[in-house]
Amino acid sequence: MNFTQLTPDDRQAMLGTVGVERVEQLFADVPAESRFPKLELPPALTEFEVGRYMAQLAAENASVKDWPCFIGGGAYNHYSPSAVGHIMGQPQFYTAYTPYQPEVSQGTLQASFEFQSLVCELLGMDVSNDSVYDGASAVGEAVLMAQRITRRERVVLAGSVHPQWREVVHSYLAARDVEVVTSSVSMGDTIEEERLVDLLDDTTACVVVQQPDVFGHVRDLNGLADAVHARGALLIIGVADPTSLGLVKPPGEWGADIATAEGQPLGLPLQFGGPWAGLMACKSEYLRQLPGRISGQTTDADGRRGFVLTLQAREQHIRREKATSNICTSQTLLAIGVTAYLSLLGPTGLREVARQSHAKAVYAANAIDALPGYRALTPRPFYNEFLVQTPLTTADVRHRLVERHILAGVPLFPEFDRTLLLAFTEQNTRADIDRLVSALSEMSV
Amino acid sequence: MGVNPADRRYTTEHEWIKPEAEHYVVGITAFAQDQLGDIVYVELPKVGDQIEAGKAFGVIESVKTASDLYAPISGEVIEVNADLVEQPQNVNDDPYERGWMVKVRAADVSEIEQLLTADQYSEQTGE
Amino acid sequence: MTSTVTSVAAGVQPEPLLSELSRPGAPGHQLPPLDVPQVEDLGGQVLRRELNLPEIGELDIVRHFTHLAQRNFSIDSVFYPLGSCTMKYNPRINEDIARLPGIAHVHPLQPDETVQGALRIMFELQNVLAEITGFSAATLQPAAGAQGELAGMLMLRAYHLDRGDTRRNRVLVPDSAHGTNPATAAMCGFLTVPIRSDGEGNVDLAHLRAELDDTVVGLMLTNPSTLGLFDHNIVEVTRLVHEAGGLVYGDGANLNAILGICKPADLGFDCLHINVHKTFSTPHGSGGPGAGPVAVNANLEPFLPTPVVVRDDNGEFALEYHRPKSIGRLKAFHGHFAILARGLTYIRMHGADGLRAVSETAVLNANYLRVLLSDFFDLAYERTCMHEFVLSGRRQKRDSGVRTLDIAKRLLDFGIHPPTIYFPLIVEEAIMVEPTETESRATLDRFAEVMREIARECSETPKVVKSAPHHQPVGRLDEVTAARKPILHW
Repeated sequence: MNFTQLTPDDRQAMLGTVGVERVEQLFADVPAESRFPKLELPPALTEFEVGRYMAQLAAENASVKDWPCFIGGGAYNHYSPSAVGHIMGQPQFYTAYTPYQPEVSQGTLQASFEFQSLVCELLGMDVSNDSVYDGASAVGEAVLMAQRITRRERVVLAGSVHPQWREVVHSYLAARDVEVVTSSVSMGDTIEEERLVDLLDDTTACVVVQQPDVFGHVRDLNGLADAVHARGALLIIGVADPTSLGLVKPPGEWGADIATAEGQPLGLPLQFGGPWAGLMACKSEYLRQLPGRISGQTTDADGRRGFVLTLQAREQHIRREKATSNICTSQTLLAIGVTAYLSLLGPTGLREVARQSHAKAVYAANAIDALPGYRALTPRPFYNEFLVQTPLTTADVRHRLVERHILAGVPLFPEFDRTLLLAFTEQNTRADIDRLVSALSEMSV
Repeated sequence: MGVNPADRRYTTEHEWIKPEAEHYVVGITAFAQDQLGDIVYVELPKVGDQIEAGKAFGVIESVKTASDLYAPISGEVIEVNADLVEQPQNVNDDPYERGWMVKVRAADVSEIEQLLTADQYSEQTGE
Repeated sequence: MTSTVTSVAAGVQPEPLLSELSRPGAPGHQLPPLDVPQVEDLGGQVLRRELNLPEIGELDIVRHFTHLAQRNFSIDSVFYPLGSCTMKYNPRINEDIARLPGIAHVHPLQPDETVQGALRIMFELQNVLAEITGFSAATLQPAAGAQGELAGMLMLRAYHLDRGDTRRNRVLVPDSAHGTNPATAAMCGFLTVPIRSDGEGNVDLAHLRAELDDTVVGLMLTNPSTLGLFDHNIVEVTRLVHEAGGLVYGDGANLNAILGICKPADLGFDCLHINVHKTFSTPHGSGGPGAGPVAVNANLEPFLPTPVVVRDDNGEFALEYHRPKSIGRLKAFHGHFAILARGLTYIRMHGADGLRAVSETAVLNANYLRVLLSDFFDLAYERTCMHEFVLSGRRQKRDSGVRTLDIAKRLLDFGIHPPTIYFPLIVEEAIMVEPTETESRATLDRFAEVMREIARECSETPKVVKSAPHHQPVGRLDEVTAARKPILHW
């Protein structure tokens, strides 16, 4: 099955117009020995058949709609109001192209402008772009940006930043000889981290922290920005679950120069990893180093308000090898979803999501702490996630929970192999949490 | 006698450089600003920065383009035109006076002699 | 007193911003009551005080986004002959499948045993993409074409370093290349060397030979090129690069022209990034998301980003993270799975014959338009084209001062999205047309008619073209002020 629309008569007439008899003649420039190879693919399916085939494969996956999910680690199972999916599902949004012709893209451009405005408010920053790929690449881009601004190279990463985010930073810097220093994290009675300010020097471009950190701890970042600025470096704060910003001080108020966040928890489905949207914002003085697309307000000749992509001269299609980044696509459709989510919830709703997620986590932590062989390691306060010391290995615990149709824990910390990272959202009922605690209590050495 | 002032020298990259008391003033030519279109932003070095002849010392942006600015001579930047932050259009409106970009203390004055005269530059641009 | 309301045509009503629709106390989305004890333990020093999000009821929010959507062109409503973007129909079945709970509501960190279906989808896609392009393996992780490019170039770099060759730091890029190519090379710490195109739109062999030496990492090449032309000397080009010890990175933006027609690996490419949102029909989403898998040959396979989906002897699928020579990861988790699932759906529906029909029809549609339009616009190259071709608006500019930009704006008045304009950079007043294979002949004929009409307007009534568009919610917007005095939030 394919979606071409030419009739046999059309083809005949069009071949005649072009001046050939058979369509194969249009490929005369392809070397003869490589022309028309056989593609060893399974036979074509009709729409009905492929629908059934993919549904069968989908059915082999445990979905968070059916199994209680306590997995966090950079993606969180919050509730997305129905309208979010319907808004993203409007064909004039999802089948539209990048708004390079603004007169016929005002829907996209205004929605992007609104997204940018909400991101600034949420993160407490001056300017935002129209999204990057995800929270991890946002951190990578932020590091590159800090290097351009300070004209320095050295990078200091908190060890309590998500390991995959740190890996992405390394990949972005791999081709240059850059010193990347990571503070060490140790697991004793509680989680302790080497002091970041001790790792600063006068060649440091930036310090990257995650707030709340990867273990869920809400850190007291008071004084960090000042210490970082005193050495001429920039502070980058990344947020994994931005619903936390309904309760926790945003990066801007901690003095961040660049703030990033993973947009997934703000109404976007988990989708086994994506697509999501990376939020990225900065102080106004760094605007021209901000990568990605940006929508700006302006007017037409009749004074009507309109929106355009602006500051494009920084981008790849103009600056080419001198661009701020090679980034081309943004995650516009998902950014529209985030905009819809934040609008539907409003400030009261977002605060309530945060309050409930936090309360559920505390309830669970208190119950798990009381189990012999278990101890919550994340220092209080935490937001909606904490690390637990377990009597069995991470893999064992996760597997046994799967047998009970419970999804929990992450494989992110092989160096701490008797731990379990647990996340909670407003979707986890008390009954589900009790079941989790009960399941854990039945596991012992 | 052409459109380009005779009191200064020119580069093949369309910058001009004019001697003043103890330093030189640098900007871009009328031809250049016309090619670029409406200037929206000029990225300039900081006071104290060293610039090197033939190397990029800044960037000039219009809506659709971004071009490097090339240093006509080597030296230290002693002043930068702060007005261009709010009024980048000064480069379009008055490229030879209000549109000046940086003032430089030259490292090697003889570098100037290598540059084009107003007539030579006019010839190059066909003005 | 001036009125705050205006009477205008439907669809042209100005749409307020969310901040302007907001009213304090407007009811928002409700959560169920908390079923565990309340907690107030986050101390004052970490607590957020102010949160200024708009307060709007659900109906007004839905109306707001509906109005915004109505102000957009989209493939579902108009023809988009955008060269290099492959704006083909986005099949609805893709969207149904993407919404299945087992696709949409699965956490990326779930244990492998609970996601065998998802891993199998990825494993199959890795295989079919490799088969279509002639390579032996693929990564599905890159989030978009540009990330795919980054992955590809980092792999080229890793390949040379692994052989102990540290001299190579120059990347050759044709002057017709997409801007992401040199931007990516720069991110990898390489110098970009532009290579000229010859008079027929091919890579200039003499210039290529002159620049090849043992400091060259490789060549970044799009074939068919961004001019829509299949390089006459493609085998010689790749051979020369290999002879100099370099590799050939393929930019697969134009893959829609050669599905089942030829395999890039057979032409000498060492890897190819693929734009799933172009060739394989996933929707463009107003500017994203996409997905940028990279297919590689055996030389580059060890360097693939992690994780890669593998299958063990028991038929169980797993994500393999431990690959010692891997370039690492470029984003969190494993890629834009929901986009990849759509891509596999599309490929399974087409099969080998269907994919070949896609390319044959795409190339036929493009050549048909090329012949029709060359009556009244200059063709950049007098050659059979592939799936796209480039016109030049230089005749109209010379004869009546009307520029390609004006022609593009005038097309909007006829309900057609303009082709790509001013790219590639090497053609004056470029207009790049790519109809794709999903358009009917009627649509193509109408487009040609409209372009003929606009060409006539250029000579007879140029003002109406220069002041276009006339029938959209806004006219041409002041982009200069938008860049000089940016207003980027409300």
